Amino acid sequence: MRSGRFWLRRLSGLVLVLFALSVMVFVIFNVVPGGDPALRLAGRHPTPANIAAIRHDWGFDKPVWTQYADMMDRLFIKHDLISYQDQTAVLPTIGRAIPKTMSLAIGAAVIWLGFGVLFGVLSALNQGKWVDRILTVLAMAGISTPIFWLGAVLLYLLTFAWHSFPLFSWIPSGGYVALTTSPLQWAEHLILPWICLSVVSMGFYSRVVRNSLLEVQSADYVRTARAMGLSRRRVLLRHTLRTALIPLTSLFALDFGAAVGGTVILIEPVFGINGVGQYAQQSVAHLDLPPLMALTLYGGFFIVIVNAVADVVFTRLDPRIAVD
Amino acid sequence: MSVQAPELLTLEEPGDLAVPGAPGVGSWRAAWRRLRRNPAAMVAAGVFALILFACYPGAPLWVHFVAHRGPDAQNIQGTIFSGGHRIPVIRNDGTPIGPGLRGQYLLGADANGRDLFVRILYGGRTSLTVGIASALLCTLLALLLALPAGYFGGVVDRSISRLLDLIWSFPVYLLAVALSASLVVGGLDLGPIHISSSSLLIPIFVIAVVFVPYMARPIRGEVLALRKREFVEAAIAHGAGPLRVMWKDIVPNVTATTLVLFTLIIANNILVEAALSFLGVGVSVLTPSWGNIIQEGYGTIVTAPWQTIAPGIAIMLTAISLNVLGDGLRDALDPHGLRRASR
Repeated sequence: MRSGRFWLRRLSGLVLVLFALSVMVFVIFNVVPGGDPALRLAGRHPTPANIAAIRHDWGFDKPVWTQYADMMDRLFIKHDLISYQDQTAVLPTIGRAIPKTMSLAIGAAVIWLGFGVLFGVLSALNQGKWVDRILTVLAMAGISTPIFWLGAVLLYLLTFAWHSFPLFSWIPSGGYVALTTSPLQWAEHLILPWICLSVVSMGFYSRVVRNSLLEVQSADYVRTARAMGLSRRRVLLRHTLRTALIPLTSLFALDFGAAVGGTVILIEPVFGINGVGQYAQQSVAHLDLPPLMALTLYGGFFIVIVNAVADVVFTRLDPRIAVD
Repeated sequence: MSVQAPELLTLEEPGDLAVPGAPGVGSWRAAWRRLRRNPAAMVAAGVFALILFACYPGAPLWVHFVAHRGPDAQNIQGTIFSGGHRIPVIRNDGTPIGPGLRGQYLLGADANGRDLFVRILYGGRTSLTVGIASALLCTLLALLLALPAGYFGGVVDRSISRLLDLIWSFPVYLLAVALSASLVVGGLDLGPIHISSSSLLIPIFVIAVVFVPYMARPIRGEVLALRKREFVEAAIAHGAGPLRVMWKDIVPNVTATTLVLFTLIIANNILVEAALSFLGVGVSVLTPSWGNIIQEGYGTIVTAPWQTIAPGIAIMLTAISLNVLGDGLRDALDPHGLRRASR
């Protein structure tokens, strides 16, 4: 009963958020003075009659809210939304892009979660010692990295400047190979993008894990476990870590959603991966509303869903938090 | 009773024993003492101060006394003396001069023969201005939303929280990019005021709006907790109006959290400015900024890698110093509030 209502509320919230997002994008792009799509569609030397005809054909002469309804209809019901820029179908393009973006984001998520937790635990176990200090510096550097710059510099160093060095000679200079084509090449092409997309979260997670491990050190159950004669390391790994990982679920949902729904826009163009991010970047460059609308809703949808799932997992892991 | 409170606290938080948080020492004073004992934070503050100095008063001084060449002065056919030889700024094959220990072209030149070090100093002005100004605007907006939300609760809180959720669930970079792309084309008309499309106000505004939830949410949480405290209830019972209570009783108590978030968000905003400029929708290309310099250098990374690498290092140094300083401030001010909770 309670969880049914919870989901109902979540779903209605989702619909509302997506509606608001779509209106926001539509408004943003309808106030653009230079963004009149009819001019672009008309080609190089349009006659006024030409432009008027295009305006009529594409429905740009209709009231704004009709245009909005049309676009939503094409996006969600007819599935035949067409780009203003090159008149290609938007949804199939996004469909082809999603596996690439997912490959990038999931791989990066595995890296940042795994290494973030590992570094956090190592830091906490060695609190105040040099391992902790070095990891702290690294974490701070990770949080402070412009990731597109890291991508550009790594690409330059490893595939050009030091390419002849045997350790790096296998790294391809961008592009994407499908997992089903060749798993090895898939990983080879994605290793640098994975690293770049994960550095910020990796640094952040290692700090969060370290601090929450150290925070509960004086909790009663930790003292009891220590009094029973368990070693500090054992208490930390067996008892404290589990508690410390709980807040990480909602953090992870936020970051994963943000990565898939947005941050890839900074990584994919650098590495020439034609996923969702590159599509978004190109659409922005051309002020191409239909793909941007679809991509924003895709991103928003993804972020909201992932966060809802995380909330459920969160309440399961920590029963003290009631369902809202 | 309230004067003695810090002593009670020392029982709960052994770390405070080392700090002279005795009666009579204000909490800001005590925080400053704690901060001073944190070497990492002090070094970070020093580095940030140095960067600020180098970019604001330092840039024209360097140009006037050392480089003799402004950030936009091209020099494609010029030559300079270096190590007793006269060498061209741009070689015949188009490769610009690289970094070297000399006054002019300390970090080398870009493809147009402009002094990269000078450009990075001036670019730093732009990036820091955008970062700090957008952080200020973001803080202001966050307070304007968080104070009424936490104070009034109910419908006000729900609608403000939904608004924040909405911005939050928008993919940050996509929102920033969409907003900037549309504004960069035509500028912005706010009634009688027209903001030109190359104005710095556009990235400042976009970045501030996008990150409001990151600041507003934690502040709202604190306001919500403060609203139920006795001293706030007492003020209200004495007949103080909402505005007065918010300003006199609540704002001073969220200053610590706000200050920490402010420091961290500057670092974040500088990174976002760089990202937006890299994507071509941030600061206008006519103005050097760290992101723009990377964007320009990226095209010639093979022949002149320093033009891409150097501004990135400047960004990282700035962001690291702010993040470490923010961390130190958090530890020193302890916004999560054992001290405040027992006051």
